[in-house]
Amino acid sequence: MKEHLNASGRVIKAPENFLTPSDVKTVFVEGKQGRRDFIRRAFTAASTVTAAGVAAVSAPSAWAQGNPIPSEGGDPHILNLPEHATGLGQGVATDGYGKPSKFETNLQRRQSPGLTQTTQASVSFAPLQSLFGIVTPSGLHFERHHQGWWDIDPSKHRFMINGMVKSAKVLTMDEIMRLPSVSRFHFIECGANTAVDWGNVAVPTVQYTHGMLSCSEFTGVPLITLLELAGADLKNGKFVLAEGGDGSSMTRTIPMSLITSGEVLVAYGQNGEMLRPENGYPLRLVVPGVQGVSWVKYLRRVEVGDQPYAAKDEAIHYIDLQPNGLHRQYASIQECKSVVTTPSGGQVLLDKGFYNITGLAWSGKGKIKRVDVSTDGGRNWRQARLETPVLSKALSRFNLDWIWDGKPAIIQSRAQDETGYVQPMYKQLRDVRGTRSIYHNNAIQSWLVQENGEVKNVQVS
Amino acid sequence: MFKFPKIALTLTLCLTSLTVFSQSTKYPGVGRDATAKEVAAWDIDVRPDFKGLPAGSGSVAKGQDVWEAKCAQCHGIFGESNEVFSPLIGGTTAQDIKTGRVANLTRADFPGRTTIMKVATVSTLWDYINRAMPWTNPKTLTTEEVYAVTGFLLNLAGIVPDDFVLSNKNMAEVQKRMPNRNGMTTAHAMWPGKEFGNASKPDTQNVICMKDCVPEPKVASFLPDFARNSHGNLSEQNRTVGQQKGADTTRAEGSSTKSNATSNGSTTADATATATAAASAAAAKPAESKSDNKAVLALLSKNVCTTCHGIDKKIVGPGFNEIAKKYPGKVDYLAGKIKAGGAGVWGAIPMPAQNISETDSKIIANWLATGAPK
Repeated sequence: MKEHLNASGRVIKAPENFLTPSDVKTVFVEGKQGRRDFIRRAFTAASTVTAAGVAAVSAPSAWAQGNPIPSEGGDPHILNLPEHATGLGQGVATDGYGKPSKFETNLQRRQSPGLTQTTQASVSFAPLQSLFGIVTPSGLHFERHHQGWWDIDPSKHRFMINGMVKSAKVLTMDEIMRLPSVSRFHFIECGANTAVDWGNVAVPTVQYTHGMLSCSEFTGVPLITLLELAGADLKNGKFVLAEGGDGSSMTRTIPMSLITSGEVLVAYGQNGEMLRPENGYPLRLVVPGVQGVSWVKYLRRVEVGDQPYAAKDEAIHYIDLQPNGLHRQYASIQECKSVVTTPSGGQVLLDKGFYNITGLAWSGKGKIKRVDVSTDGGRNWRQARLETPVLSKALSRFNLDWIWDGKPAIIQSRAQDETGYVQPMYKQLRDVRGTRSIYHNNAIQSWLVQENGEVKNVQVS
Repeated sequence: MFKFPKIALTLTLCLTSLTVFSQSTKYPGVGRDATAKEVAAWDIDVRPDFKGLPAGSGSVAKGQDVWEAKCAQCHGIFGESNEVFSPLIGGTTAQDIKTGRVANLTRADFPGRTTIMKVATVSTLWDYINRAMPWTNPKTLTTEEVYAVTGFLLNLAGIVPDDFVLSNKNMAEVQKRMPNRNGMTTAHAMWPGKEFGNASKPDTQNVICMKDCVPEPKVASFLPDFARNSHGNLSEQNRTVGQQKGADTTRAEGSSTKSNATSNGSTTADATATATAAASAAAAKPAESKSDNKAVLALLSKNVCTTCHGIDKKIVGPGFNEIAKKYPGKVDYLAGKIKAGGAGVWGAIPMPAQNISETDSKIIANWLATGAPK
């Protein structure tokens, strides 16, 4: 057994199939009762079985990574050619819209238990702990609905422009999609992302701490094009109200200055296809750098006005309580933030040795300039590699080589954006905003890697 | 009837016509002018200066009737319920009405924040109810009902008297009594424009430091052991291939390594084997054939039944287990009740009629009549 351990490199693996399915059940039961002698015995016995070359039945995928130098012959996965090497595979268009591998079913957007009483006024979180690069697969994009989601017939959807315009206009989807379009990568983050950790640690994994965050390539028409089409008063019309066509009819005030910059899009495309129904099909507003609630889904109307609107989600919800009892109103920008996604809470490192620390950084004010990573709770830092592309108001991926010595480590990341702003420590944020703000928690996140390899969500002082 | 908004609109047009309109002629054939009727149908927003508020009125007394019929099942008789949504009413005082600042908002120990503690603008309340309430049937209240319900809530909060009739003519007066009317600030750097003349300097100033930046860090907050599995088994929430695995949170944490971690890693190996075996065992567990019940549970969720009824506990209405116990075999009775609603059988709060298909109500009734199995 010991030679396996020394030879197997990064991960200490169990030999293949050292337990039968019924043994596995017993292990589960015994393990629950804490009878670890049983597993020791089983483990020892397994060496014999492996040496005897018992053929693979159906190896659980978690074990398939075992990579010991075989005591005899070689790895059965090499020596015994599998069915997929000796048979005929499936044909084209077996599935007209392809799905992820059946081995990937652990990646799901999930609700945080107890957070809401209904599923229609609720949130599901994206599984950041298992995603690569910067793009969120559309089916894993986080969800936030206020009164449920709909799949709206695009041939019946209309878009209206009114208010301080020369003539109020109505456009069909066909017409909107005729106009010159742009495609841009942007992150969308709920203003309440990381809200539950304002005061103390409340949830176990990065999915629940930071998962109200996604990044897609959005395709659509700059809102300024549509306002010009209607002859909007761009000088006196300082504010635009965006309104959804669903039950909640989300309304949010958008500053004209952001619209005239050309950044705000009336979008129908997401990652090369149409928006998903849960994300506003067939039309949503894209307001780069601003919290998700302003990205009005099922967009039916924009109104140009000379005053802000104090809509329900900017005068009752989405207001940030400060220690002096005042609420910050119209606080919309998602300031510079980052998080390590591996190693992160709820994960287990199986052995000492090399790891790739990886994570995401983003800023509502532009591009990410640099990311530093600490493995000692913020005392000392190393600069991480920023991977391309690094785009304005989009997620950026960072990586850093790390050799874990098996000792406890507290991993943090700290991002800086192109304005020079540096992501704050919890203390700095709380000194100004207290702990009851709910929204806009962009503090540095800490993950404790314990000696046993299990990673925990922690906050440090 | 609708004089006010029309005047406002005309005024706006007059004012704005003095300024430069930039109407693009670059896209001929795209879009058309909206009709006045279309704009009226969709332009329902009400601004803090009451632009957009339709003329009309509604009494507190009428509001109470509407409230008990259409609102109380979620929000409670007094808007105090915390079962479905955060409470609407409570936490404000007569003194707050004088000062325009809700004193309890300065207290870190005050439990929760009600809508009336937060909202500064009465227009927002009116607009919220008008566009989005009742939650399951938004935009179905008449203008009078919206005034009445808004007035009823203001009455519950002690802002207007019992005999008050809220109308477009006295909304501005009511605004002067909103308990948190002076409780908002735009003095922050998080609005992405200059429209409020707000601050542009961020409120935190962290700096890049690379060496010996902070004293030895101590873990100040972590999840208690009893919450280990509160979000489900984390080993099933991580990819099964890659540089890390998910922790099996159905088991106590690494009992192996705490006491006798050794350098040869054998304890880690044991922990790994145990965790892996357990995870596989959990995954291999044959799925029980609950598909029928699952379909019913999905129906209950889709039709928002579970908002008011727990599977095995009372929420606003009785638990499904209680109903099942009381009406075994009575499919038709239950199907009828589901569709028509009812009052008085289980308590004071009525169940409104449900917009649900015959088939779905039958399926749910059948499930109830057979004991509401999970």
